[in-house]
Amino acid sequence: MKVRIIPCLDVDKGRVVKGINFVDLIDAGDPVAQAKIYSESGADEITFLDITATHEKRNPMVDIIEKTAYQCFVPLTVGGGVRKLSDMDKFLTVGADKVSINSAAINNPKLIMEGAKRFGNQCIVVAIDAKKIKNTWKVFINGGRVNTNLDAITWAKEVEDLGAGEILLTSMDRDGTKEGFDLDLTEKISESVNIPVIASGGVGTLDHFVDGVKKGKASALLAASVFHFGEFSINEVKKHLILNDIDVRMDYISR
Amino acid sequence: MKLVSIIDYGCGNIRSVFNAFNAIRESKNISVRVTNKEEEIKRANYLVLPGVGSFESCIKGLKNSNLLGTITQKVKDDCIPFLGICVGMQMLATHSYENGKFDGLNWIEGEVKKMQKTHESLKIPHMGWGNLELKKETAFIKKLKTKLEFEKVSAYFVHSYNFLTKNDKNKIMTTDYEQEITAMISENNIIGTQFHPEKSNFFGLIFLETFLELEKIL
Repeated sequence: MKVRIIPCLDVDKGRVVKGINFVDLIDAGDPVAQAKIYSESGADEITFLDITATHEKRNPMVDIIEKTAYQCFVPLTVGGGVRKLSDMDKFLTVGADKVSINSAAINNPKLIMEGAKRFGNQCIVVAIDAKKIKNTWKVFINGGRVNTNLDAITWAKEVEDLGAGEILLTSMDRDGTKEGFDLDLTEKISESVNIPVIASGGVGTLDHFVDGVKKGKASALLAASVFHFGEFSINEVKKHLILNDIDVRMDYISR
Repeated sequence: MKLVSIIDYGCGNIRSVFNAFNAIRESKNISVRVTNKEEEIKRANYLVLPGVGSFESCIKGLKNSNLLGTITQKVKDDCIPFLGICVGMQMLATHSYENGKFDGLNWIEGEVKKMQKTHESLKIPHMGWGNLELKKETAFIKKLKTKLEFEKVSAYFVHSYNFLTKNDKNKIMTTDYEQEITAMISENNIIGTQFHPEKSNFFGLIFLETFLELEKIL
């Protein structure tokens, strides 16, 4: 299976918080323009996260998804502030392929089941934000503000049983550090569930991507800042993965 | 101007499919409708049947839509090009064994069965991009091959069930996921894809363009 590389666009009030460093991009804060660039330069999927939605209890970004889906022909995932079936419906109707739920899944686990039943398992991504406390990982919600005291591995298995199609796993300890993915955590979760696990949080070098697959056993790798700040292009990441015998999609190259 | 009707029967990634056809609308001189109206299905030059979710909910949705008679007539009698995507492809089978046993349309003989978990770490659903292997050279494939290098392209899959064709002649493309997965099937004017052309970036759009170049009979 080809490993998927997923750039993540963090959106705040309709604008991308960390812009891409591309010269030809006039408005670096426009999520639709950025998504288009990513989709044409090798992104296997694109994830939008409305980073303040849950905290501020406001409605997410249907408009952005609608405009992006109109011109980007790779899978789109949207997360942040998805709290009920009608939120999922709203995003999926305008062209999102998957919705990612985090706090809402903890507060109301039935939402996973109901979402999977209504829209199909493949639509439901459960995001798990985990932080290492002593020798276990605990699940945090509300953008990392609240410790649920739930064990991350136990919760991962539970969300699979409830019908999640995929897990987006973020290490809070590593997020933003550029020290690499939490490989221990990623491997433990990947080996505990049958559904794909997307590793996120901490990538800083090209080798970190390789480790995420080889050591973390992740099915997909998500990153934000290294792509936005132009440290590496998606293409560079993919070439490096190939050098390390990891299969990735390269068919955008000849275009 | 030719009409592409995307059948809206309450199950599917209809918007994405619409967007993809819409992106090639001008170059192909077509109009695109998402529709649950018999009239727009009757007028169609091309029919597209998307499908996301469980087999049971999709086939029930389709059968309860009161559109099946008209669709069947257009495909079987008028022989217009037809494309079923994902569960829209699986519904062409004789049966599906997803959460029970259900009758399909039996337009292309075969059975839809759960993928095999060939080893402990194999992830199901099969979610992501896979290379395509050609099994049979149809007129459609010949056209497609003039536009791209087949060995290089990949398509986006997301599914847990596999269409096992009864007859090899219907199996046009496969992909490998530690087992052979049927990626494209066809019989005369009927095409089905397990992958999502509407989400398969450049390759997907070229695939859909080629579909629009088909005449009534392949």
